[in-house]
Amino acid sequence: MRLLAIILLPVLAAAMELAIPSRRITPWRVGLLVGTAGAHAALVATLWLAPSEPALGGWLGADALGLVVLSLTTVLFLATALYAVGSLRRESPRGGRRFVGCLLAFLAATSLVALSQHLAMLWVGMETTTLAIAPLIFHRHDRRSLEAVWKYLLVSSVGIALALLGTFFLASAQLDAPGRPLILGDLVAHAHALHPAWLRAAFLFLLVGFGTKMGLAPMHTWKPDTYGEAPSLVSGLMAGALTSCAFLGVARVTEVAMAAGLGPFVQPVLLAFGLLSLAVAAMFVLGQSDVKRLLAYSSVEHMGLLVLGLGLGGVGAYGTVLHLINNGFSKGWLFLVAGNVVLATGSSAAAANRGLIRTLPASGLLLVLGLFAVTGSPPFGLFLSELTIVRAAIGGGHPWVAGAMLLLLAVIFIGMAVLVLEMALGEAPAGAERVRESRWLLVGPTVLAALVLMLGVYIPGPLQNALARAAVALGGGAP
Amino acid sequence: MTTASQIVLLLVVLTDFAVLGTTRMRTCIRAVAVQGFLLGTLPVLLASQLSVHAVGLAVGTVAVKAVALPWFLAWAIREASVRREVEPLVGYIASLLLGAAALALSFAIAAHLPLPALKEPLIVPVSLATLIIGLLVLVTRRKAITQVLGYLMLENGIYLFGLTQTERVPFLLEIGVLLDVFVAVFIMGIVVFHINREFDSLDSARLAELKD
Repeated sequence: MRLLAIILLPVLAAAMELAIPSRRITPWRVGLLVGTAGAHAALVATLWLAPSEPALGGWLGADALGLVVLSLTTVLFLATALYAVGSLRRESPRGGRRFVGCLLAFLAATSLVALSQHLAMLWVGMETTTLAIAPLIFHRHDRRSLEAVWKYLLVSSVGIALALLGTFFLASAQLDAPGRPLILGDLVAHAHALHPAWLRAAFLFLLVGFGTKMGLAPMHTWKPDTYGEAPSLVSGLMAGALTSCAFLGVARVTEVAMAAGLGPFVQPVLLAFGLLSLAVAAMFVLGQSDVKRLLAYSSVEHMGLLVLGLGLGGVGAYGTVLHLINNGFSKGWLFLVAGNVVLATGSSAAAANRGLIRTLPASGLLLVLGLFAVTGSPPFGLFLSELTIVRAAIGGGHPWVAGAMLLLLAVIFIGMAVLVLEMALGEAPAGAERVRESRWLLVGPTVLAALVLMLGVYIPGPLQNALARAAVALGGGAP
Repeated sequence: MTTASQIVLLLVVLTDFAVLGTTRMRTCIRAVAVQGFLLGTLPVLLASQLSVHAVGLAVGTVAVKAVALPWFLAWAIREASVRREVEPLVGYIASLLLGAAALALSFAIAAHLPLPALKEPLIVPVSLATLIIGLLVLVTRRKAITQVLGYLMLENGIYLFGLTQTERVPFLLEIGVLLDVFVAVFIMGIVVFHINREFDSLDSARLAELKD
């Protein structure tokens, strides 16, 4: 019941948004958005206190990994909704009805993905996220956002189509195996009866398909354009929540393949995609001149780290699940701060935004802290999860993977630091004055920053437990 | 022995090549509509017995793939007053040759993929061929509408493969798939419309402002 409510609540709220007569942003509209986000978060919180029985004949269920993705999505969405209170008022967008409605539809679709135990339903959820997010990318209705949304739709639709084919391949692998078709639990339980040739094909197609939605290199080409042109809070939701859901798709088929004993086939492929993503990110981070595009390449980097940890196995799987949460929160944090910068000066180019620490002190400080967090410096959570992944590489007998990873992370740190520090500490243009920053615009990123900091020093017991269970399901273990 | 479903599958391959070889956009849309209709007949032809499920799927497929989507695309090119040329990046003869290579490749791959108890062995190679040719159209044509057509063919190829699972994967999901395709193309269509208005052209190569 609760599982269904988690998916249907935002659908209902989106319908109510459509029923509000005015097309513009009104207090009612924004209140409904924040209220729904809060209620959704509260419903998800009850799943941590009292686990829910599977619903719809086992099609919906909250396992450890799904619950982690769902929780990070709902927290990120709540922070974004609070931010939207401030930013929608400032941007006074035409078509506020469509904007808020699509945001809520996006929340429903991501919840469906996180709770799906049926892999075809997971696919339907992923496809729905594409459709919900596209109008949001095109929100400004100008040439550049049109180009961004066209690239996004074309590339991610092909990706999602390949993922559908992979899902059918998985059903083919299951022809001689007992159990209900495409139900995750049954696939894992009878993994050895699956047809290995079809399972391998299914893994590759699902990895490439959902990898396109994640933005793994070399399928990342849409990412800088889309994140650069979309409204910042939309970029934050995409980089934090949407990519996590897409990763969940990759993780599900990895679970099945590992259970079937295909580790020796699966792991090198994941390692290759991971290292390539890190390398591509390192190459393009250097010399970037726009903060939102910089963050997009940082997202490519972190997607690479996620599949890298998955490919290393052992404690790497634990590191990956922890990194998933850290990445989601830190990307939300940074994109919302980037949004403050864009609201103040109308541009996300570094050249237009020097000296932020004087003109926008709070956002400037959050931006610098975010730089250190997102590049994996202690005491932030990403340091811990990246360290776990490096440990898995060294412990698992892949010292060269660990070496390459550390080298590329160092390059990315330099590239990001150059741009962000130039923006924060550089010489402010003549006549630039201190801008008053709205509290609504700061509360979201501050809360997310606090959470990333907390995960670096203290992981609550129930979360630790869920991380360990998710790692075991992914063929790894807890440290 | 040639069965009705085999003839239909061969006709599907012919429509693939029709799209590759025609110069007129309107003919391309018609070819994809015919392909959608052919796909719609397959659930009935392949069903072991006539069920509500098979008929419902057939009706839904024809309604979306053969009527609604082609109508919508035809409306889009009329609104955008696009005339004829599909403007390929790769010439028509070369496209046809690549299509033939894709077909041969599909048969070679299908021979290596085991699918026990399949009623119609042709379905796997035809599905793969339609998929690859769709991808080919998607990447070698410059007009946004032709790219959408390529995407539709790609989806058609996947649909064909899905037919091998139709008795196991539930009804609801297949409708979900059709609906998703419908909405995806609907949104793409709206974007196409905007591209035309912004740039006075449906040439997606003009969308090249964003780069590193």
